[in-house]
Amino acid sequence: MKQLIIFNLIFTISILTFGQDYITEVVEHSEENSKCFYCHGSPTYSYYNDVLERKVTKRMNPYFLVDSNLYYDQNHKSFDCIDCHAYEFREFPHDNTLQMEPMPTCLDCHEGDEAMAHYNFESINDEFHESVHSTKHSDEFTCWMCHNPHSYKINARNNKNVKETIIYDNNICLSCHADINKYQLISPKVNPNVIDMHDWLPNQLEHFAHVRCIECHTHTSDNVMVAHHIQTKDKAVKKCVECHSSSSTLMASLYKFQAQENRRKYGFFNAAILSDTYLIGANRNLYLNILSGVIFGTILLIILIHALLRILLK
Amino acid sequence: MYLYPLWVRLWHLINALMFLILIVTGLSLQYSSVEYTIIPFNYAVSIHNITGIILAVGYVLYLFANRFTSNGQYYQFPIKGMAGRVWKQARYYAYGIFKNEDAPFPVAIGRKFNPLQKISYVFVMYFFMPIIIITGIGLFFPDLLPDKIFGMLGLHLIDLLHIFMGFILSVFMVVHIYFCTIGSTPLSNFKSMINGWH
Ligand code: HEC
Ligand code: HEC
Ligand code: HEC
Ligand code: HEC
Ligand code: HEC
Ligand code: HEC
Ligand code: HEM
Repeated sequence: MKQLIIFNLIFTISILTFGQDYITEVVEHSEENSKCFYCHGSPTYSYYNDVLERKVTKRMNPYFLVDSNLYYDQNHKSFDCIDCHAYEFREFPHDNTLQMEPMPTCLDCHEGDEAMAHYNFESINDEFHESVHSTKHSDEFTCWMCHNPHSYKINARNNKNVKETIIYDNNICLSCHADINKYQLISPKVNPNVIDMHDWLPNQLEHFAHVRCIECHTHTSDNVMVAHHIQTKDKAVKKCVECHSSSSTLMASLYKFQAQENRRKYGFFNAAILSDTYLIGANRNLYLNILSGVIFGTILLIILIHALLRILLK
Repeated sequence: MYLYPLWVRLWHLINALMFLILIVTGLSLQYSSVEYTIIPFNYAVSIHNITGIILAVGYVLYLFANRFTSNGQYYQFPIKGMAGRVWKQARYYAYGIFKNEDAPFPVAIGRKFNPLQKISYVFVMYFFMPIIIITGIGLFFPDLLPDKIFGMLGLHLIDLLHIFMGFILSVFMVVHIYFCTIGSTPLSNFKSMINGWH
């Protein structure tokens, strides 16, 4: 008992000090980072030009802008820029050869990471390598293509607002599939228009606001929360009933987290979906089904008896 | 006597056909399933939409025609004494008919419908039909629906209402068809609805 209390004390103290550490760390790095943000955080920046011997103001390449608000609200907010980027970036003008610096991959840091085992990075990595993106463009297409290094924040796992998650996740895909400039980082082809290629889908805007691209385009598995195995277009879900039925696959993807407890509520099938939208075919109600069947059956029976009596008593 | 003018018969024919298709496609949407499909979902959606539009247009024409021709008069009744008359008719269907009593309100030029028909047609045509059509239009343009109605998801409430009306109208239709077999012969009413003569 005594040991337990002591252990507990040490444990809480260590957490407290850790937490302390963590907070000062953020503050500390924010000072370091602010030097980078001085240039990379605004559309224009100034520096002292030694050749001209005066201060000059220049425009920042918009693709090299990093939004500090998003940066400090993301998974890696505690990071110093030079944790990932070369130390030499502290100098300006940056050394030209730095452009060729190899960037770390997610797995470099997260592989075998006990504390993050629940994300299952290894399986995600395997799934990604089987996806169309990777099989067709293995070298250019990295995890960073979808996970913006300066703003990616987990949503599906902890955002209670499913609609926000949907918008967030779809914007990841649309960042290429609706923007030719980013698309052509990967492929010289012209990206097919998203609206046109889903012409077959009725109420398209409603669908895209309530369902993620990956719902139809990935092969789901049990040990990964967000499926990464994007398949070729001929394998995409086109059968409406895969979602519009009591065995809706949405419960295994978008509503994976809520799925266990919310299969049925007040008799509504797949009730978890009802907190965000109503899905015909998937949200029928058990009690209403039975009730309507009973009423209809009773009426048919009465009609039958009436008809029989009419014939017999004629 | 000539009771059903051509437009009534045409409207009724189209209405009944659309109704049957709507019931079948509507059921297959509501009870869609991966294992057994009545009609593939995407076809069911298209067919349900098209037949629904035809039904709604037909309904509007029916409203106009009833307003501007003499057929509308059959749908009017004095509230006073209505309960008694409906009861009389109901008693006849539940009891008198088996005793070979005479119908209390036989068809006549000024009286196409008996009180029970009258009240059910009025409810169906001026209450249930408008609701199912308006909610149907709402479901056709789901992005126009309010997000929340009375704290409930707008889409869900409208859909429940639509399905509920569909159920009531389906029940009406079955009962309606059955009552139509109560005529001088079981088929005579159907013949009237084809050639117009009673
Ligand atoms: C005085 C302004 C200024 C400061 C401070 C600055 N940068 Fe830059 N940075 C630039 C400019 C201008 C470019 C684009 C031209 C170039 O590559 O030199 C750039 C380019 C970059 C690139 C892209 C290289 C490429 O071409 O792929 C990275 C990465 C980068 N900076 C990181 C940093 C980091 C990290 C810091 C902070 C330690 C930082 N920079 C501080 C101005 C600055
Ligand atoms: C978690 C690692 C990580 C951190 C921390 C990080 N970056 Fe980056 N940064 C990257 C990666 C990876 C790329 C390359 C992205 C790509 O290839 O699409 C990159 C690219 C850039 C670029 C070039 C943009 C481009 O699209 O090529 C700039 C500029 C940049 N980072 C600035 C910063 C600044 C400023 C900070 C700190 C506020 C920072 N980075 C912090 C990983 C990081
Ligand atoms: C340079 C090493 C490094 C790289 C590269 C890196 N991470 Fe991380 N990541 C970390 C560390 C360290 C943490 C813990 C940060 C913290 O708790 O403040 C973390 C946290 C996370 C978290 C958990 C956030 C949370 O609050 O639970 C996710 C998810 C994540 N990283 C995903 C990724 C993905 C996806 C990539 C690649 C696109 C990536 N990381 C690349 C080091 C890295
Ligand atoms: C085609 C785009 C794409 C690529 C490529 C991609 N991801 Fe993701 N990833 C996503 C999306 C979308 C999400 C969902 C984001 C959210 O809502 O949290 C996600 C989520 C994640 C998560 C959080 C899952 C959870 O359980 O909460 C991790 C971890 C992750 N990705 C790791 C990786 C790694 C590692 C790679 C590279 C091997 C990678 N991703 C490549 C699109 C991508
Ligand atoms: C309801 C399921 C569904 C959703 C949601 C969906 N897709 Fe698709 N998508 C498909 C199907 C099915 C095809 C194949 C169409 C065909 O072959 O006619 C397809 C085709 C594609 C293609 C291939 C186009 C081509 O011709 O090369 C891309 C890229 C694509 N979708 C991206 C997306 C993106 C991005 C989103 C999210 C905004 C998305 N999809 C949402 C079902 C879906
Ligand atoms: C970095 C840009 C980029 C991002 C982000 C991206 N894609 Fe792609 N995607 C591509 C490119 C490029 C291709 C064309 C590959 C080829 O055919 O060479 C493609 C192809 C596809 C295809 C068609 C495969 C086929 O059969 O032709 C689908 C489906 C697809 N992507 C879905 C998605 C989904 C879903 C997401 C979001 C989770 C996403 N993409 C995110 C660039 C991207
Ligand atoms: C296959 C299905 C149907 C059949 C066989 C059928 C049959 C008939 C018959 C025989 C009549 C003439 C008898 C009478 O006036 O009561 C009639 C009239 C009528 N039916 Fe139907 N019916 C069907 C569906 C419907 C539906 C779905 C509705 C409404 C939603 C409807 C509404 C009416 C109305 C309002 C009249 C009176 C029309 C008038 O004369 O103004 N019927 N029906």
